[in-house]
Amino acid sequence: MIGLSSYLVLAALVFSIGLFGVLTRRNAVGILLGIELMLNAVNINLVAFARFHGDLTGLIFTLFTISITVAEVAVGLAIVIAIFRVRRTVEADRLDLLRG
Amino acid sequence: MSSNLGLTLLVPVMPFAAFLLLAIVGPLRRTGRGAGLLSIAAITISFAAALIVWTQGFVGERTWGWIPADGGPIATVGVLVDPLGNAMLVLVTLVSLLVQIYSLAYLSDERPAALGRYYTYQSLFVFSMLGLVLAPGFLQMFVFWELVGLCSYLLIGFWYQRPAAARAAVKAFWITKLGDVGFIIGIVLLWSATGTFEFAELFEKAQENALAIPGLATIMFLIYLGAVGKSAQFPLHVWLPDAMEGPTPVSALIHAATMVTAGVFMVTRTEPLFALVPEVLTLIAWVGAFTALLAATMACVEGDIKRVLAYSTISQLGYMMAAAGAGASAAGFLHLLTHGLFKALLFLAAGAVIHAVGTNDIFRMGGLFRAMPQTGIVFVVGTLALAGVPPLAGFYSKEAVLGGVWEAHLMGPFLMLALTALLTAFYMFRVVFVAFFGRAHAGGHPHEAPWLMRGPLWLLAALTVLVGIRLALGGAEGHEETPAWLPPLSVGLALFGFVLAWVMYQRGAIDPARVAAALTPLDYLARRRYGLDAFYAGLYRGFILGFSRLIGWIDRYFVDGILNVLTALTLRAGDSLRRIQSGRAQDYVYGVAFGVLLLFVWAQLWR
Repeated sequence: MIGLSSYLVLAALVFSIGLFGVLTRRNAVGILLGIELMLNAVNINLVAFARFHGDLTGLIFTLFTISITVAEVAVGLAIVIAIFRVRRTVEADRLDLLRG
Repeated sequence: MSSNLGLTLLVPVMPFAAFLLLAIVGPLRRTGRGAGLLSIAAITISFAAALIVWTQGFVGERTWGWIPADGGPIATVGVLVDPLGNAMLVLVTLVSLLVQIYSLAYLSDERPAALGRYYTYQSLFVFSMLGLVLAPGFLQMFVFWELVGLCSYLLIGFWYQRPAAARAAVKAFWITKLGDVGFIIGIVLLWSATGTFEFAELFEKAQENALAIPGLATIMFLIYLGAVGKSAQFPLHVWLPDAMEGPTPVSALIHAATMVTAGVFMVTRTEPLFALVPEVLTLIAWVGAFTALLAATMACVEGDIKRVLAYSTISQLGYMMAAAGAGASAAGFLHLLTHGLFKALLFLAAGAVIHAVGTNDIFRMGGLFRAMPQTGIVFVVGTLALAGVPPLAGFYSKEAVLGGVWEAHLMGPFLMLALTALLTAFYMFRVVFVAFFGRAHAGGHPHEAPWLMRGPLWLLAALTVLVGIRLALGGAEGHEETPAWLPPLSVGLALFGFVLAWVMYQRGAIDPARVAAALTPLDYLARRRYGLDAFYAGLYRGFILGFSRLIGWIDRYFVDGILNVLTALTLRAGDSLRRIQSGRAQDYVYGVAFGVLLLFVWAQLWR
C-alpha cells in the first residue's frame, strides 16, 4: 500500500518541476506549461488528502480546479497570441516594458 | 462713576469709530473731504468730552480682565482717569482737532483717496494716543505705544512715492523700535518679578517698600529706553529730524505735541517707580540735558525751517526729561503741555509759510512778515513762548524745569539747560529774522494762508498767551520756591540770544560766516549732526550687514550643504535600487519563490 507521504512527495516534485519551468523557460508558452504542472501538483495533493481522509470535498474541489485551469490556459494562450501580434515575439526576456 | 466713565470712554471711542468707518467703508474714505469732515466731527465730540472730563476733574479707574488665568486675569484693559491723564487728554484732542482742521486746507491739493487715507491714519493715531494716555497698566500702554509708532510710520511715509519720505518712515520706525525692545523687556521683567502690569498695584507696592527687587534699576533703565526712542533722546534722536519728510500738520501733531511726548508722559506716569532708582533718574536728567544742548547746537546751523523746529522739539523734550529725572516731573509735565501748544503753533505757522513759499529753506524766504503778517505774528508769539519770554506759557514751564533741576543739585544738567535756553532764543530768532524780516528772496507771491489754516493758528497763539497769563496769575503750582535769581537769569539768557540773533542776522554787524569760521570744529560737527547718522549707517553696514552675510554664508554652504548631500545620497540610492526593477515577470516570480523558500527555512529553523 502506497502511503500519503508518497503522494505528497510526488506532488512536491511536480510542483518544483513546474516552478523550475516557470522560472527558466524563455518562451511564454513554456511558462504556461510550467504553471499547468504546478496546478496539477496541487490537484494531486487535493485528491490524495480526499482519499486518505475519506472526505469528498477535496475531489469536488479538484473538479473545480481542472475546469478553472482550462479556462486559465485559454485566456493565457489568448494573451500570448495578442502579445505576439504586437511585439512579434513571445520571449519572456524581451517583455520588459515595466523596467525601472 | 458710571456717567463719567462713559464720558471718558467716549473720548477714545469717537476717533476709533471714525477710523473703523473710514477703514471699512472704502467709498466714504475716497470722498476725501467727506472723510476729513467725519474725522473732524468725531474728534470734536472727543474734545468736548475731554474738556468736560478735565474741568470736572474726574478721577477713577475701571479695568476689565484681558488675559484670563487661574489666579485672575494676567493683564487688564481699561481707563485710568486722573489729573495727569485728563490734562493730556485735552492737549491731545485739542491739537488733533486743530491739526485736522488745518490739514483740510493744507492738503487740499491731494487726491481725494489720499486725503481719505490721511484722515483714516489721523483717526487711528488719535485713538491710539488717547488709549496710551488712559492706560492703567504697562501692557495696555505698550500696545498703544506701538500703535502710535505705527501711525507715525504711516504718516511720515504719507508721500510714500518720495524716496526720502519712505526712507525717513522706515528710519523712524526702526530707531524707535530699538528703544521699544528695551521697553518690553523691562515690562516683562517687572511683571515676572512682581506679577502685575497695573500701575495702581505697582505704586502701592512701591509705597510699601515691597519693590526691593534685585535689578530694579536695570528694569527701570530698560523701560526708560522706550522713552529714549519715542521721545528722541540722545542717542536715538536721529529719527526725528528725518521725520519732517511727512506733511507739516503731521509733524505738528505727532512729532511735536503728542507722540514724542509719550516718553515723557510715561516717565511722569510711572514716577513712583522711577523714584525708587535715583541712579536711573540722575541718568535721565543728564541724558535729557545733554540732548537739549546737542539738539540746540544742531538747530543753530540748520537751514530747513521744519528741521530747526524738529531739533528744537528734541531740545525741549530733553528739558522735560531732565525735569523728570530731577524729580520735578510736575514741572516737566507742565512744560510738556505748554510746549505742545506753542510747538504745534510754530509747526503749523511754518506749514503756512511753506505752503505760501514752496520751500523749506529759510535763506530762500525773507521779508515774509510784510507778505503774510498774520502768520508772522503768530510765529513770533510761538517763538517768544519757546524762547521763554515772560508773559507767555513757555517762560513759566521752562523756569519751573530749571528750578526743579537746580533744586535737585544737578549742576551739570542745570548749566547745560541754561546754555540751551540761550541757544533756543538764538536759533528761533535767527529763523524769525531770516525768514520773516530781512530782504525778500522768495520768488512768486507769498500770500496769507486760507482761514481754515489761520483759524487754528490764532487759536493756538491765543491759548499760548492765555495759558501764560493764567500761569502768571495762578503762580505757585508746580514750582514752590525757585530761587529769586532764576526768572531774571532765564529772561536774561533769552534776551541775550535774541540780541545775538538780531546783531548777526538783522543788523549784519557780525557776519555769521565769520562766527562759523571762528567756531569751525563745532560748526563742522553740528552740520554733520555730530556724525551720529553716519555712525548708525556705518554700524548698520558694518555690523548688521556683515552679520547677515555671515549668516547667509552659513545658510548657503552649511545648512544647504547638508541638505544637498542628503538629496544626492537619496538620488544615488534610488538610481542603484532601480536596477532591481527589471520589468521581467519571471524575475519577480523568482523573487517570490525565493522569499517563500526563505520563509520555509526560517519556519523550520526557528519554530
